[in-house]
Amino acid sequence: MLRVIVCLKQAIDVTQLKMDSKTLRLMTEEAPRKISDFDKNALEEAIRIKECLGCEVVTVTVTAEEAKTTVKEALAMGADRAYVIKDPKIAGIDTLTTAKILAEAIKRLGAFDLILCGEASIDSFSGQVAARLAEILGIPLLTSANKVIVKDSDIIVERNLSSRYETVKAKMPALVSVTWGINQPRIPSLMAIMKASKKEIVEWNIEDLGFTSEKLESSDMTIEILDVSVPKIERKKRKLEGENAAETAEKLVKALIQEGVIGGGDF
Amino acid sequence: MNEYKGIWAFSEDHSLLLEILGKGREIADKLETEVTAIVLGHNVKEKAEEAATYGADKVYLIDNPLLESFQSERYLSALTSLTFRYKPETFLIGSTKDGKALAARLATRLNTGCITDCIQLELTDEKKLVAKKIVYGGKGIATILWQVKPQIATIPLRTFTKLEFREKKGQIIQLDVELEEPKTRRLTVRPLEVSRIRVEEAEIIVSCGRGFEKKEDLALAEELAKVLNAQVGCSRPLAEDRKWFTEWIGLSGHKVKPKLYIALGISGVIQHVAGIRDSKVIVAINKDENAPIFEIADYAIVGDIHEIVPALIKAFQKCLQK
Repeated sequence: MLRVIVCLKQAIDVTQLKMDSKTLRLMTEEAPRKISDFDKNALEEAIRIKECLGCEVVTVTVTAEEAKTTVKEALAMGADRAYVIKDPKIAGIDTLTTAKILAEAIKRLGAFDLILCGEASIDSFSGQVAARLAEILGIPLLTSANKVIVKDSDIIVERNLSSRYETVKAKMPALVSVTWGINQPRIPSLMAIMKASKKEIVEWNIEDLGFTSEKLESSDMTIEILDVSVPKIERKKRKLEGENAAETAEKLVKALIQEGVIGGGDF
Repeated sequence: MNEYKGIWAFSEDHSLLLEILGKGREIADKLETEVTAIVLGHNVKEKAEEAATYGADKVYLIDNPLLESFQSERYLSALTSLTFRYKPETFLIGSTKDGKALAARLATRLNTGCITDCIQLELTDEKKLVAKKIVYGGKGIATILWQVKPQIATIPLRTFTKLEFREKKGQIIQLDVELEEPKTRRLTVRPLEVSRIRVEEAEIIVSCGRGFEKKEDLALAEELAKVLNAQVGCSRPLAEDRKWFTEWIGLSGHKVKPKLYIALGISGVIQHVAGIRDSKVIVAINKDENAPIFEIADYAIVGDIHEIVPALIKAFQKCLQK
């Protein structure tokens, strides 16, 4: 039977992230967590492959925090088993280390056909883990997938590359990263949620995977985040009103000519 | 002693390469070091010549039929060989989707760090390079530095500007490296409709959001765009949910910085705002006076697009006749 591994990040729900009005810092600790959006698309795609061709869907999550609720949602959506590499030492690691930990975990899971990842995470939006993981595992990488077709031992992917679509083919095992547009992730039914509570969640720490805390702290950190500030967007916020639509429109046209963004030679 | 030297620039998108060279030149001058452009392809002598006049002191050119079009493993192996051989301190790579994956894979082979989608690159007082990048869906800007070398960064289109043409011309050095076998095979390429592409390059964008309830209403936006010689864009729901567009503007789609951005019926969720924040002037038209888009707009009109847009079309036309 086919074996599909989905990498799931427990990300900060950025839509609910708030700023502390006194310190002007983002309250990342307090913000709720969820499955990163693109990763959820990857999971949905895996479940669709399962429904279509039959396969085992296994999720892998690397986290510094408790991730039970997040992972249970994945199981309720239709994953068969979840692996969680949970360790406080994982806090603040870079994409290279994340990919190394994922690779070690995946090696311990045995043979697989396909790894599905989200193109980027909603919080750090680095978009590197999938590419780095494929590189470490030495398997084909197909990014920005808009459509995924498994055909015998081949994987065929339609890639959305902003200015064009490309269809690309590779031999499995391979790694595919998916875009937002690939599907609409399902909302699990109550029945599915109940059934999921019986599914297995395997928890590992980094020592289980042969890492030491010293190694995580020192040589493996390739970047350092110095600061995260809240962007100041300074806009005029001028409200334009008129007796009727025509008058309002006139006001806008005048303002835009003054701004120098329209008019002059163009008109 | 620091064995890593100089700033490198690469993009398979040639115009993006020239933009990156502009920034590379600026940093290199402050550090008193050299800028090297990497040009890969087949029969691309002209591109190498152009890179040499737009800021590169040196151009490493690999001209090989196997490099004619972008192929990940071939391009990656070429860049890996060059980087191992010549050890750049900083490597700036164009942040196309292929470029980003390439940069992350290269960084993995070199066991180094990569910062993607940098919106700014600066030097600290100690002359260390720091990058700024948008995080948390536009709610934060992270300042990041590298702990190891080479320092790899990816730069999106239109983040920096290419230099003016210069008389000073860099040296072109033709090289040859061994290329790896591809792991993937391209079967077909299908371009997107011309009118929908390259919103990044548009000077004026008329953008549609959920306020457009019927597909026919898009004609309003298109007519306005025609009068202004603008590109039409949209926010995510019109592409994702309604499938009226194949592309959208926002953090997960196209990031734009036009002179003028006209948001029609767009509510302005943070992911969308993050994609338009560098626009010079933002105009928002929305019937909901509490729409978050008004918080980041220069000019706000509360009203129905069906009334305001036709009036705008007339007003712009009148101004055009003068």
